[in-house]
Amino acid sequence: MAGLRARRARRQAAFRWTVLAVMAVFFLLPLAAMVEFTTRGDSGTWSLLADWPRLSETYPDLADGIVASLGQASLTALLMLVLLVPTAIWVRLRLPGLRPLVEFICLLPLTIPAIVLVVGLAPVYAWVNYFLGGSSLTLTFAYTILVLPYAYRAIDAGLSAIDVKTLAEAARGLGANWFTVMARVVLPNIRSAVLSAAFLTVALVLGEFTIASLLNRTNLQVAINFLGKSSATMSVAVSLAALILAFVLLLLLSLFGDRRKASR
Amino acid sequence: MATATEDPDLLAPVPRVRAPRRGLRVRSIRSLLGTVPFFAYVTIFLIIPTLVVAIGAFAGDGGFTLDNVTALGQSYVLDAFGRSIALSAITAVIGAVLGAVLAYALATARPGGLLRRVVTAASGVLAQFGGVTLAFAFLATIGLSGFVTVFLRDHLGVDIYSGGVWLFEFPGLALVYTYFQIPLMVIVFLPALDGIRPQWREATESLGGTTWQYWTRVAGPLLAPAFLGSTLLLFANAFSAYATAAALVSQGNPIVPLQIRSALTSEVILGQQNLGKAMALGMVLVVAVVMALYALLQKRTARWLG
Amino acid sequence: MRTLARTAAALLAVTTFAGLTACSPPEKESASTGTGAATAASAADLGGMDALIAAAKKEGQLNVIALPPDWANYGAIIKAFGDKYAIKVNSAQPDGSSQDEINAADQLKGQDKAPDVFDLGTAVALANVAKFAPYKVATWADVPDALKDPNGAWTNDYGGYMSIGYDSAKVPAPTSIADLLKPAYKGKVALNGDPTQAGAAFAGVLMAALGSGGSADDIAPGVEFFGKLKKAGNFLPVDPSPTTVESGQTPVVLDWDYLNVGQGAKLKGKMDWKTVVPAGAVTGSYYHQAISKDAPHPAAARLWQEFLYSDEGQNLWLAGNARPVRLEAMVKAGTVDQTAYAALPKVEGTPVYPTEAQTTKAKEYLAANWAKAIG
Repeated sequence: MAGLRARRARRQAAFRWTVLAVMAVFFLLPLAAMVEFTTRGDSGTWSLLADWPRLSETYPDLADGIVASLGQASLTALLMLVLLVPTAIWVRLRLPGLRPLVEFICLLPLTIPAIVLVVGLAPVYAWVNYFLGGSSLTLTFAYTILVLPYAYRAIDAGLSAIDVKTLAEAARGLGANWFTVMARVVLPNIRSAVLSAAFLTVALVLGEFTIASLLNRTNLQVAINFLGKSSATMSVAVSLAALILAFVLLLLLSLFGDRRKASR
Repeated sequence: MATATEDPDLLAPVPRVRAPRRGLRVRSIRSLLGTVPFFAYVTIFLIIPTLVVAIGAFAGDGGFTLDNVTALGQSYVLDAFGRSIALSAITAVIGAVLGAVLAYALATARPGGLLRRVVTAASGVLAQFGGVTLAFAFLATIGLSGFVTVFLRDHLGVDIYSGGVWLFEFPGLALVYTYFQIPLMVIVFLPALDGIRPQWREATESLGGTTWQYWTRVAGPLLAPAFLGSTLLLFANAFSAYATAAALVSQGNPIVPLQIRSALTSEVILGQQNLGKAMALGMVLVVAVVMALYALLQKRTARWLG
Repeated sequence: MRTLARTAAALLAVTTFAGLTACSPPEKESASTGTGAATAASAADLGGMDALIAAAKKEGQLNVIALPPDWANYGAIIKAFGDKYAIKVNSAQPDGSSQDEINAADQLKGQDKAPDVFDLGTAVALANVAKFAPYKVATWADVPDALKDPNGAWTNDYGGYMSIGYDSAKVPAPTSIADLLKPAYKGKVALNGDPTQAGAAFAGVLMAALGSGGSADDIAPGVEFFGKLKKAGNFLPVDPSPTTVESGQTPVVLDWDYLNVGQGAKLKGKMDWKTVVPAGAVTGSYYHQAISKDAPHPAAARLWQEFLYSDEGQNLWLAGNARPVRLEAMVKAGTVDQTAYAALPKVEGTPVYPTEAQTTKAKEYLAANWAKAIG
């Protein structure tokens, strides 16, 4: 039996490395091509990209887009946390019968594509413009809807992993009010899930194009797309930088999230 | 006179017995109030837009009309739907098969190891982040002056565009879509593969089964619902995708999302806003059907592999 | 618990329907109603040009939209206006279409960022006249009657003819539309935009129709031509832009003559980009200039119009190789920029300007058949 297992493990390893090698070529080729494309000739693309003051002067639309995206990402993460975490905890503790409804609502954005949502968002955003102006940061409201499925799944998974009911009962028994229960008892225990939801939110918002483009606002992807018409090399360079940044973000998330679990 | 066993307050730390009806109503309304912010937000930014689309699809200059829906029967709209469905189906199947292979390769690796983390993070990026950046990545690779195009032309004398520039049409879209379908498959299918318990393999072997029999009689049927469900998810994902096509295709509107964009922003053919809503409604119906099937398959998967 | 879920769902439904019935937000009060500029129909209404200039300077800003800097020299025009009157010009969505301009005006109504002025293609302009504030510039009389709205709601500003721009080093000089079907042009011919979306591309198909035996009433030969072009492998489904022209991806571009000539001027020395208007297939179009009724900076908007229709503004357009609407009058008065005038591409044959009815018929045909032809 042991010999059989060892042989199978070797075969699996061979299979694994072959598959990964082939896939690696397929997936890394475009990234290598992007590096080659942007360093063709001596265009100084990367040095310009790293130099923020010069970049804002040469490509003001790009700089605006980057700043707008960063703002949208932080605000969306914040709004998502403020809206979703208390609701998820509250529903689990006080209104368990409502959970299927909340889950269904949180999965709805997966069924309603962004392109469809943006068609219907136009009149809603007329009101948003009336109250808050036409800044790109108001896209936060739409983005929070887009991240609902992923964020809710992450937070719900985190809540399922701990025994929320007992924690809450114990805290209540010791005289805590509901706010203390949520903020000081439950929240610290689902920190990794909340962090995971936040990271996913940031990655999603940085990659969003549809809603920003069709509501005529700017963000990173809209700026890159527009830049593509006037400067091919810079747009490819920014795309590469954005992809690498998102990759680093998600890698950090998986490393950080696991370490939290290990420490408990 | 109430005895100790009948007085609920003395029975701590057992969970509180349900209060009588009157108390339930008051307490429930207070509980419900706690969810008002969430529901109000979702109503304003999700439900209302969906209803705007649904109602707008049947709205015309004089109120209720079926013109927009019948306009969906025009050949160019039907062609767009057909191409969208074909594109989604093809890339879903290719992505599912290749993604499953890659996911299996990952599943055999050490869980929690660096390889798995890196590939999972990379898959997350490519699956979620697609769109414009991916389109530009492909333009840099096999675009008209891309790295691979130039390399093939200069070193091997092969002109991949001798038959026409296919990158900006259906074949090009299919290639780029596959690029984010495979990572999505990895993300969605890996948990199912992780759910395969080694005991099943050992049981098969101890009963004298071969690898082939293991895969066709044991693991295969168990993974089938998860695999099909994931394929459906990939289909819905490709069908709804807009950004990649918007960045890549500039001539013609081969797929439905681009047709919707044209209906909203065209400066040549005006007054198509409600037709756009009808097309959007059509999209929602297709995706809803697919997602409902997916949900059904998920339930079956959870039974064995949850 | 089920009653709870049902109550929650019912509450949701009620708020939804309440939300749906509240269709559009109330009008925000305009910040600058004080000067009366919002209703001025000419400079005289405000007390003369100087008063207009003073009012505009007080507003200090102007919002323009969908004006690419290399389109008919708009970059220089915006700069000249800003420098002359010390007014900050905010240029939004340079890449937008005419419909995007109207959409922005609708979405940002009452806001400080709403567009003040529009530069629209014919179809969109004629469909939205209700959104324009009538204004007659000082040089109103110089504009031919056919090129302005009698009430001053809109005025044509500049125009050009559809042309074929090409890299003379890569392809032989095309003399007619039919030449483009030859094998020398394989994989090289690009059209600026999609004719069901962009006015420039629509005119391109019309030009092809005229050169293939069609007419303003019959755009079918034009669509057929592109179908043949596609089958021959000559049609390049790439959106031409300065980048694609410079990198050599799109050696032949069907676009407005002012854009092609401008491209040639920019690439002088690097590439010999020539422009030709095919004989017998001449179609042109003017764009429409209008002031938004809800302009946040009404005085600045009107001053912008005055500037555009002044000799200086018209000559700047001419420098951008477009034909300004006051060209005839300026040639007669001798105020035209002679060098720029001489640089305009030669046109042989009578230009065809489609009427509204012809355009509508052509659009319907395109909507139904373009996708099929291009495949």
